[in-house]
Amino acid sequence: MAEVLPREVLICTIARLLDGVRHVAVGASSPIPAAGAMLLRAMKEASGAVGPRISILGSVEHNFFTNGSAELFDCAGQGRIDAFFLGGGQIDGLGNVNLVGAGDYPRSSVRWPGSFGSAYLYFVVPRVILFREEHTPRVFVEKVDFISAPGVSPDGVFRSGGPIALLTGKGLFHFDKTRPGFELESVHPGHDLAEIKEATGFRFEHDAEPRQTVLPDRATLDLLRGRVFDELAETYPEFAAQMRRELGTVDA
Amino acid sequence: MAKHIKPGMRLALPVDYAGVSMAMTQPIIEHGAGDLDLVCVPTGGLQVDQLVGAGLVRTVETSAVSLGEAGGAPRFNAAAKDGAVRLKDATCPAIHAGLMAAQKGSPFMPLRGLIGTDLLRHRDDWRVVDNPLADGGDPIVLIPAIKPDVTIFHVPMADRFGNVWIGRRRELAAMAYASRITLVTVERIVEQNLLADEMSAAGVLPALYVTAVGRAPKGAWPYGLWGEYPADSAEIARYAKAARTADGFSAYMARAQMEPA
Repeated sequence: MAEVLPREVLICTIARLLDGVRHVAVGASSPIPAAGAMLLRAMKEASGAVGPRISILGSVEHNFFTNGSAELFDCAGQGRIDAFFLGGGQIDGLGNVNLVGAGDYPRSSVRWPGSFGSAYLYFVVPRVILFREEHTPRVFVEKVDFISAPGVSPDGVFRSGGPIALLTGKGLFHFDKTRPGFELESVHPGHDLAEIKEATGFRFEHDAEPRQTVLPDRATLDLLRGRVFDELAETYPEFAAQMRRELGTVDA
Repeated sequence: MAKHIKPGMRLALPVDYAGVSMAMTQPIIEHGAGDLDLVCVPTGGLQVDQLVGAGLVRTVETSAVSLGEAGGAPRFNAAAKDGAVRLKDATCPAIHAGLMAAQKGSPFMPLRGLIGTDLLRHRDDWRVVDNPLADGGDPIVLIPAIKPDVTIFHVPMADRFGNVWIGRRRELAAMAYASRITLVTVERIVEQNLLADEMSAAGVLPALYVTAVGRAPKGAWPYGLWGEYPADSAEIARYAKAARTADGFSAYMARAQMEPA
């Protein structure tokens, strides 16, 4: 088994979480989610199946829209987008996401860019994957300072979408909307449960000895390091180059 | 063209990749009309940050403000922290919905999502009603029409009849439909009537909606313009660094290097 880079584990995990989607939308500066979507497409096509459609916001090549920046949201409202990714300056144990700022709104002590489309897409995209590499108590808090988008909604509020998973640099969580809350599904190589508990500001369910995150097989890695990084380089040249530099040191 | 802008007006400005008229930023600042209410369609960047930094802005309605890869918008963030601008935080489709309502001459547009967010809690202009077409319940948010006084953007070309080519950037048309005044800067002005050819006509905003057109080569710089030139990310990063302080911002804005290289 070749050595696998931590970010390759993330990309391959995203590809697994997306399995079965027809259309996935990816934010403009999200190379890892984009790579996961491209890997799934490559795997599907390698097996003779049809891969997912991938819309990368702000990209000219990976953009099917002709109706301006409103079309993505209209498309999601029509149920034509199956999966999307959300990050967040803060994410709490109820799946609430804060993209606005820390401290008392509106005079936040730290102001982040803003909610973007989250307050809509979180409600209408069936498979939202929360993705944040930094896994620290300042990101994963007990309660967010501002709700850009809520993890769950009361009965009677229209909601065809929401979070299904939270992927971080340390592990993968599943979101249970009935409880509601997160459950640790697996731990990435090099990390452990105690470390994850220490780095997480909210309580979560877990097994006494959680599994390790599934690692990609040789064929998947070959596809990722070949075709997928080539495709990725068209939209995220710096990220693709950096991955290849890191792989160079692994091979050496 | 900046003379169209009067104190207290509501200005609609496009997202960084749709065609920002950066060429208009300095003239607006020199013209000096303040107390402006900005509407970012649906997010803002460099131009918004510079107008805020120049002290001309009273409120910012937006789904986000940032300099993209160059990081946070320094003057906007400082003004938000100091309470120097009033924030009307929104979400992208709510901005589009407000413009769509204005485009149709309707008072509002209903929009899914939003319920349970702090965005909604802080917006006294948004209302929640029960869906009148359901058998009871089913709350939904009403977004009031957004009717800007002025829309400003930059595109590759206009013809000498005042028709403006916006390609697939249809939000620029939505902004113009909703606004009283639309000011457009262009890379070039062409002789042939853009409405005469079906291929170009489909991407045209007719002169009917356009107040004035001005020629400004590289007018989106340091932003890029679709189909024309890429963004100058080094220059945007230079601004991001300089504008971390109010003094650095003033020095940057005073320099003649606001002209494209």
